[in-house]
Amino acid sequence: MIEAPDLSLAALTPLLFVFGAALVGVLVESFAPRHVRQPVQVALALVGTVGGFASTVFLALADGADPGEVTAAGALAVDGAGLFLQATIAGLGALSILLFAERGLDPAKSAFVASAAVPAGSPRDRELLTDERVQTEVYPLATFAIGGMMLFVAANDLLVMFIALEVLSLPLYLICGLARRRRLLSQEAAVKYFLLGAFASAFFLYGLALVYGATGTIRLSGIRASVTTEGTGTLLVLGLGLLVVGLMFKASVAPFHTWTPDVYQGAPTPVTAFMAACTKVAAFGAVLRLLYVAFGTADWTWRPLVYGIAIVSMVVGVVLGLTQTDVKRMLAYSSIAHAGFLLTGVLGLAGSGLSATLFYLLAYGLTTIGAFAVVTLVRDGDGEATQLAQWAGLARRSPLTAGVMTFLLLALAGIPLTSGFTGKFAVFRAATEVGAWPLVVVALVTSAVAGYFYLRLVVLMYFSEPAEDGPSVGVPGLPTTIVLAVTVTATLVLGVVPGSVLDLADRAAALVG
Amino acid sequence: MSDFPWLLAMVVLPAVGGAAVAALPKGRDAVAKQATLGVSLAVLVLAVLATVAFDTGGDRFQLTTAVDWIPAFGVQFALGVDGIALVMLLLIGVLVPVVVVASWKDTGPGGRPMKAYFAWLLVLESMMVGVFAATDVFLFYVFFEAMLVPMYFIIGSFGGPRRQFAAMKFFLYSLLGGLVMLASVIGLYVVSNSQIGEGTFAFDALRQLDIDPGVQKLLFLGFFVAFAIKAPLVPFHTWLPDSGAEAPIGGAVLLVGVLDKVGTFGFIRYCLPLFPDASRTFAPWILGLAVAGILYGALLAIGQSDIKRLVTYTSIAHFGFIALGIFAFTLEGGSGAVLYMVNHGISTGILFLVVGMVISRGGSRRIADYGGIAKKAPLLAGVFLVAGLASLALPGTNSFVSEFLVLIGSFPARPVFTVVATVGIVLAALYVLLLIQRSVHGPVRGLVESQPFPDLRRRELAVVAPLVALIIGLGVYPQPLLDLIDPAVSATMVDVGSDPAGTQPVHQPATAEQGAN
Repeated sequence: MIEAPDLSLAALTPLLFVFGAALVGVLVESFAPRHVRQPVQVALALVGTVGGFASTVFLALADGADPGEVTAAGALAVDGAGLFLQATIAGLGALSILLFAERGLDPAKSAFVASAAVPAGSPRDRELLTDERVQTEVYPLATFAIGGMMLFVAANDLLVMFIALEVLSLPLYLICGLARRRRLLSQEAAVKYFLLGAFASAFFLYGLALVYGATGTIRLSGIRASVTTEGTGTLLVLGLGLLVVGLMFKASVAPFHTWTPDVYQGAPTPVTAFMAACTKVAAFGAVLRLLYVAFGTADWTWRPLVYGIAIVSMVVGVVLGLTQTDVKRMLAYSSIAHAGFLLTGVLGLAGSGLSATLFYLLAYGLTTIGAFAVVTLVRDGDGEATQLAQWAGLARRSPLTAGVMTFLLLALAGIPLTSGFTGKFAVFRAATEVGAWPLVVVALVTSAVAGYFYLRLVVLMYFSEPAEDGPSVGVPGLPTTIVLAVTVTATLVLGVVPGSVLDLADRAAALVG
Repeated sequence: MSDFPWLLAMVVLPAVGGAAVAALPKGRDAVAKQATLGVSLAVLVLAVLATVAFDTGGDRFQLTTAVDWIPAFGVQFALGVDGIALVMLLLIGVLVPVVVVASWKDTGPGGRPMKAYFAWLLVLESMMVGVFAATDVFLFYVFFEAMLVPMYFIIGSFGGPRRQFAAMKFFLYSLLGGLVMLASVIGLYVVSNSQIGEGTFAFDALRQLDIDPGVQKLLFLGFFVAFAIKAPLVPFHTWLPDSGAEAPIGGAVLLVGVLDKVGTFGFIRYCLPLFPDASRTFAPWILGLAVAGILYGALLAIGQSDIKRLVTYTSIAHFGFIALGIFAFTLEGGSGAVLYMVNHGISTGILFLVVGMVISRGGSRRIADYGGIAKKAPLLAGVFLVAGLASLALPGTNSFVSEFLVLIGSFPARPVFTVVATVGIVLAALYVLLLIQRSVHGPVRGLVESQPFPDLRRRELAVVAPLVALIIGLGVYPQPLLDLIDPAVSATMVDVGSDPAGTQPVHQPATAEQGAN
């Protein structure tokens, strides 16, 4: 396709892979006959994401001790942290694509509606509910989003960052509205996400403009130089604040989280898994790059802000999580709380804080995809049974499913011997090292509170009597089985023998710019 | 022989056994029980062999195994025991097979198969061994938290009517304590990082840190809260009566007999040596809590109408004595406290088991439903009496030795607290004898009359016989255990710089320990 042995192009291979697959996907969608689209699209999306993953790994191996490079006329930074995040996004993205491709669970063969534009509740809509016709736009759209995320974490320039933000957001807005069942909720989620997301983008853009006004550059390294030599004025700090608001929105950090529960609940569950894992990684990648590279020398500008937001996010996440009665909403609030835990890692020093955050993102992404994959299995006649009460006695019906979910929930709660504990330990250590121990104490207390709502589900599954007309547990097809096997294995391995991955995150913890 | 990784084997064997039992096909409960019994007996044998391999005059930590586990955090998978940990391993080794046999005929609520119960028991045994044998603070923490999971399922799946609530309360209390401790664990790491140049969790390295008193207080409180919840000390105790009452009898024995000892073990292993200044600063407060617990636990035990809750309240009183012995900072007090930990495991274990046998015959936990057991089941009544007398520390029973040691050890250092604590002895006689009088003696009535109420069966005799033998054996001749315990306790007292004024002279060769450090 592009035959240029240019080093900087080589550094872009992961992006080229993913965007290439997405573009070919659009062509397939337009020209291939309907009956071959599904397998071809799934294959393409997997080739794109797995290829993207493989090429980041290859780049990381080839670079060895190289700290990284700035390429594409300074717009992109290819460094250890960027590659680690890109590989994480591509890998988690491939797992999400597998969840999208599951055809064995819904009686109508797919979690996605065949025609999203039909008004919810109309006769045509009811026909579509059982129509086995599958629409496959979701694959190229998701691949575009994955490409956008990978660009987002490598952006070395605020404008590229903004473009990447849009590239990743617009497809997400769309695929949130594609749920086959509970159409109205799904459409509401899409609109809500779009409106609030547009606001967040506007914040980001305004922040960009202010920063440009204050420093005369949009290059992160340029901003750093300007901050170092000329100090920080009100304009710059204001701009930084607005940029952070825009990014925190994507990372679903409270108090910018209000979209999260509704969108997580309304979106098709595979898409929720995708958003919960990949979007979070991407958004935190950008946060790290912005704060460490552009404002690393003036950390007093963002440290108190991040400190406060972390506390708010943890408290809001766990307190509101306690009151939820829907599994997907509960996991949404859990994701808000975890965003707070991640921010404690961001507060750490550039070395250990960065590597701890990278590790946490990987561990959390894997666990959360697994948890949502379990949610897709528990179904009643009306699709997924997401009410907590419906999960009562699940362990009797399906001990394996309940066991897997319990394990993943314990990981989210941060019980030792799971990846969740290793991650929490890493970020809390990083924060304690810089003296932020009061924050760590808050984080630990909120972890204990969060334990309650994870365990509530365990109590329901194991200790309650099954309801008469309770949901059944679907037999997962190959794709979902692969996802569950990978996520559970990874959650266990990263909890029991995390050494090599921690070392990898340590070595990768370098940002250039 | 001492090269064999005894401790590793004691951690791995039950874990593997538990996984194997869990993997058995449905309906193979009988095989599950036999396998569990076999594994737990094998662990007992290992514990005994480890004790034989242990040299009481040797290094503080023996039978050590250490491999790097998470190099990025400086964490080692390091196992090793001093005398204190070793006697706890012996206690675990004895109690688990006893519990397995005692649970042989149990049925789960709603006819739930018991296979999972036995699998969880073995997993729990592995974790319990690990928590006492860990010499790396991180590893200790991992076992400390992971141990909650099997106990949570044992209570929640196989407990009494309010088991969901009890399991949740147990888990959340312990989790909260554990997480507060995690803050201190991380803090210790950071301190070691700044003092030694590389972060470590190795107990021996951490013991030699010179921590700023202000920081020490904070770190101490983190550990203390976790252990005070675990032990539990008043006012952190409210989870125990619920959990103890709702847990199945086997689970309750291990919960009160072993799991709660992790708290008192933590005081003596971690709080005292790592934070000596803070320990001395906070000692009067903790002694206050301990004495309050002795009186409060005993008074509430007298007022209970539910037998299992009564036993848990007596334990709260006993934990007060243990904490009193530990925070008196004398060798007698410390050794007495450690011996108390073992003896309490035995005496409360048998009391729970006997109470469980009574409940399994009558089907009620209310004391008022029973009366005149002695007439229909004399053997059961006799064992009940022995268990009760051991619990009130009658001379000749094991508990007497430890309670006496605690009191004579604490009196010179802390006379006021000790004198108040002795009131607890009187109250102990009251709650035990009232319980025995109401349920065992008098005319046959209530459920004893209406139910068949057979005497002890052979299986039940096999359950209580070893414990009765230990009660009398250790009551008459506790020296072997004290020989194991004393060196470790005196090393701890040296670490904490035990207050010379009013202290009994440290009669063990503490200087040798000091040199080894």
